[in-house]
Amino acid sequence: MQHIWIAPGLITVPQHIWIVLGILFVLLNIAAGLIWVERRLLALWQDRLGPNRAGPLGILIVLADTLKLFFKEDWIPPFADKWLFIAAPAIVVGSVLMSFVIIPFAPHIVVADLNIGLLFFLAMSSLGVYSIVLGGWASNNKYSLLGALRGASQMIAYEVFMGLSLMGVVMLTGSFSLGDIVAAQKHTWFILTQPLGFIIFFIAGIAETHRLPFDIPEAESELIAGYHAEYSGMKFGMFFIGEYLGITLISAMTATIFFGGWLGPSFLPPWAWFFLKTFLFIGLFILLRASLPRPRYDQLIGYGWKVLLPVVLGNLLITGAIALWLKK
Amino acid sequence: MLSHIRTMWLVFVHLFHKKATIQYPEEKIKLHPRYKGRIVLTKDPDGGERCVGCYLCAAACPVDCIALQAAEDENGRRYPEFFRINFSRCIFCGYCEEACPTYAIQLIPDFEMADYNRQNLVFEKEDLLIDSQGKYPGYNFYKVAGVAMGVKEKGEGDSEESPVDIHALLP
Repeated sequence: MQHIWIAPGLITVPQHIWIVLGILFVLLNIAAGLIWVERRLLALWQDRLGPNRAGPLGILIVLADTLKLFFKEDWIPPFADKWLFIAAPAIVVGSVLMSFVIIPFAPHIVVADLNIGLLFFLAMSSLGVYSIVLGGWASNNKYSLLGALRGASQMIAYEVFMGLSLMGVVMLTGSFSLGDIVAAQKHTWFILTQPLGFIIFFIAGIAETHRLPFDIPEAESELIAGYHAEYSGMKFGMFFIGEYLGITLISAMTATIFFGGWLGPSFLPPWAWFFLKTFLFIGLFILLRASLPRPRYDQLIGYGWKVLLPVVLGNLLITGAIALWLKK
Repeated sequence: MLSHIRTMWLVFVHLFHKKATIQYPEEKIKLHPRYKGRIVLTKDPDGGERCVGCYLCAAACPVDCIALQAAEDENGRRYPEFFRINFSRCIFCGYCEEACPTYAIQLIPDFEMADYNRQNLVFEKEDLLIDSQGKYPGYNFYKVAGVAMGVKEKGEGDSEESPVDIHALLP
């Protein structure tokens, strides 16, 4: 499907391949680089300095961490379900990377501008929970299983209002395509017309990436590491990368849907605006980790169903009413 | 909800606070004079060893990291034939310093003694002896000990009077 903002026939097949490879390269590097970003920022917020020895500002900690993960023993416990155990970390990275397909990074830089973009994002990112449930189940360890159970219960809590929180934007745009959603924010960002939608989507996003304060399936203090307690080496690394990719995904989606995506004053190129906005939200994710405590999983479910679901439905109702009134 | 946002703000403000980290190899913490670090054997003002080989430090040591053998020189002055401290066992409790009757063994403000080889942490007497009087300058055990010590006769020490001839006190 072609849109107004991509001139037809502008992108050739080799260009498209370059875009795909480029996005993959940039994303994987961002995910690895977030190791350093997170550790430095957390340290600064805790009045420490964080890793600052290896390389300029300590950035080579990323290399050290990656090499360490590669050389660690890749251990599969004898009591584990071997194939599921191997598949689980791949699922999280795969599903998150698939979600990036529909994000417009800059006017012509998008892998596939699907006309069901938002639905595709919701579908793909919800698949990530399989990696938690399968990983916890395949580990055959009671803490992992408890983590997996919590992962499943958390999924019931956030998945409901996550999709609904975006429907206000879809109503105002009249399209599921992210390209159209960005184009519709030419004059007003949706944060101004859909502030509730933004807050609720962001809460759901934190819950979906299983980041603090909603790292309930992981819960280091109670479940050791929850669903990935039995994982080591690069399999654990994949869960790690999946988590950081998830943060990047939710930040990028928030920037695209509510903050105008690559739109911005012309003194910076569009991709720079996009990354600037995305990194602000990544910083917010890390700030949340530094400041908020973890709720119980029943509290999250109660909060999701009793508070956020009615609020998001009310938001939808009012948005619909106003949209109809404006049309008339 | 508001308290959550307040918390996040307060945590964010910490970005501009002074950091607690001391960047160790470049920047060092101030160690106080009585910091209990590396153990040394000090010398008296005349340059002689203070240690008299009484074994009290070895007896006081809770981890048994001190080994020594006492000997006497031709003047009858006691000294340790060997004095060995295994710093891979030492817990730097300072009991040896408290037990020492001659202020010979002392803990000094230095902790940078890490090593790759365990054997290098076993310090012999020549590693432990320093050319200093440590925390008690001017103190010379033999000069104030009231008894004949081989190196000095009774009454020849500092601020010490010659022994009274007890027969002269008879009525």
